Amino acid sequence: MAQFFAYVQHADGVIEDTAAELAAAAKAMGADSVTAIVTGSGVDAAASAAGEFFNEVYKIDNAALAYPNAEVVRKAVAAVVPAGSVVLMSHGTFAMDMGPGLSVKTNSAYIADVTGIDGVDGTTLKVVRTELGGNISTHVNADLANGAVVTLRPGAVEAVSGGVGGAVVDKSGDAGDLSAKRKFIEIVAPAAGGVDITKAEILVSIGRGIEEEDNIELAMGLKEAIGSKAEVSCSRPIVDAKWLEPARQVGTSGKTVKPNVYLALGISGSFQHLGGIKGGIIIAVNKNPNAPIFQVADYGIEADILEFIPALTEKINDL
Amino acid sequence: MEILVCVKNVPDTGEEEIELDGNDLDYDELTYVVNEWDNYAVEEAIQIADKVGGNVTVITVGNEDADEVLRREMAMGAGKAIHLEDEAFEKSDAKGVATILKAAVDKGKYDLILTGAQADAGYGAVGGMLAAMLDYPYASLVNKIEAGSGKLTVGREIEGGNTEMNEIELPCVLSIQTGINEPRYVGIKGIKQVSGVDIPKFAASDLGLDESSVGEEGAIVKRQDYFIPEAGEGAEMLEGSDDEIIAKLIEILKANGGL
Repeated sequence: MAQFFAYVQHADGVIEDTAAELAAAAKAMGADSVTAIVTGSGVDAAASAAGEFFNEVYKIDNAALAYPNAEVVRKAVAAVVPAGSVVLMSHGTFAMDMGPGLSVKTNSAYIADVTGIDGVDGTTLKVVRTELGGNISTHVNADLANGAVVTLRPGAVEAVSGGVGGAVVDKSGDAGDLSAKRKFIEIVAPAAGGVDITKAEILVSIGRGIEEEDNIELAMGLKEAIGSKAEVSCSRPIVDAKWLEPARQVGTSGKTVKPNVYLALGISGSFQHLGGIKGGIIIAVNKNPNAPIFQVADYGIEADILEFIPALTEKINDL
Repeated sequence: MEILVCVKNVPDTGEEEIELDGNDLDYDELTYVVNEWDNYAVEEAIQIADKVGGNVTVITVGNEDADEVLRREMAMGAGKAIHLEDEAFEKSDAKGVATILKAAVDKGKYDLILTGAQADAGYGAVGGMLAAMLDYPYASLVNKIEAGSGKLTVGREIEGGNTEMNEIELPCVLSIQTGINEPRYVGIKGIKQVSGVDIPKFAASDLGLDESSVGEEGAIVKRQDYFIPEAGEGAEMLEGSDDEIIAKLIEILKANGGL
């Protein structure tokens, strides 16, 4: 049986909630014991917090790890995990930065953005993930003979409860050479000002289904009809196309919103988008009956938004 | 600056319902297009070459249909194209694709290698693997590039709309996020102009690759099927005539303080 590790992300001494999901995922792969890896500079608080969910915690403390630069962290992690290990990470922008390279350096399989774990059969790991923008699912088998790097979609498995009480082992001396050809400079926050979609009670939110820039007017018309409680927001493709400003984007790379009602119009519902909706009633309108958004919405309407929005706007204006 | 951009032709699934034929995609119903992220990568490469000088080469691992994608990107402004084609490459996993690309990179000399941040399978892995195989530095999800001397300043899109700024030494590999630029329009005229260009092709033997290290034989991660997950509880679907549906929706909006 392979040894199981989980790379635990943290900030200000607090570990990410996904840590407990990584522990659960390792258990679902048949792990008896799971070791957390916590890297950084001055990480005692985070390391002991990880002990709550893991049987053991490897602490790698080094000034070069103060900011989680994937190139540096990869070297440290590769130095402390034995050949054939399974390393779990939460699927996000850091895992996308480090995971592929780590799998090359540890000569192991790489399985990204896993949404379900069916188990391990011999040395074959069986998981579920999605393709084609989340619109279809696949079963995937991976050979664990040489270990694996597995990134887990946040929320994909139910977190384990705490109270494990794993001891912290200081591995700082084993990290080896941590020099890097990529250097972190700073974090730049998005420009302030402009529209604030986080304050709106009703969000008229549009996605790819709006099809053309000229059709943005339809959403604006519906917003006007509903009134001052409403604002127009959108999914990523609309901002990429420069049809609306970045301040209107909902999702993990945009704003996190909690309106009373979220009208998802022509939005398929990628997990990155859904990650930005933290409450309220979701009403989805989409012409694709298999759109993932219908799995999370409270109410669904199968319709083409280009016909539905004008019809709804007219009826509201007639009230 | 010599820039190589890795591109891929992918099924154009758009917003329509995906048709399955048993446990596989219904390939008769699919058209192929260049991966959306790759267009941004090619546009970025062209803009960098325009600014600091240099050449842009596009490269793909794919069957004969991928030729169209290479010509489309040449019509955008890439000066050269390389087509890596061999039956032995089919059904490669991400590591297999990176292995094939690495062999081709070793035959040239590039300062900067760009990929899309992800493609149809959603692993987002080829760029990071290629960089690790080459021992080049790597940055993923790049949404800003400023060229400097022997290095670049790059912004990575991270959570919460924040940008992580990094300095990265050349040569390096970057995976490009959508929205970094506005990819230029490619007209039929542009594609016609490059229709006769000779695009060099390389097979496994040309690249000195052991066929068992790539393709289905070399894959350690294998997709077994495609399926549409059984719907869970899911949304309460509003049914009826258009007027009835809208009336119900208005009631829900009213009940939640929306109107």
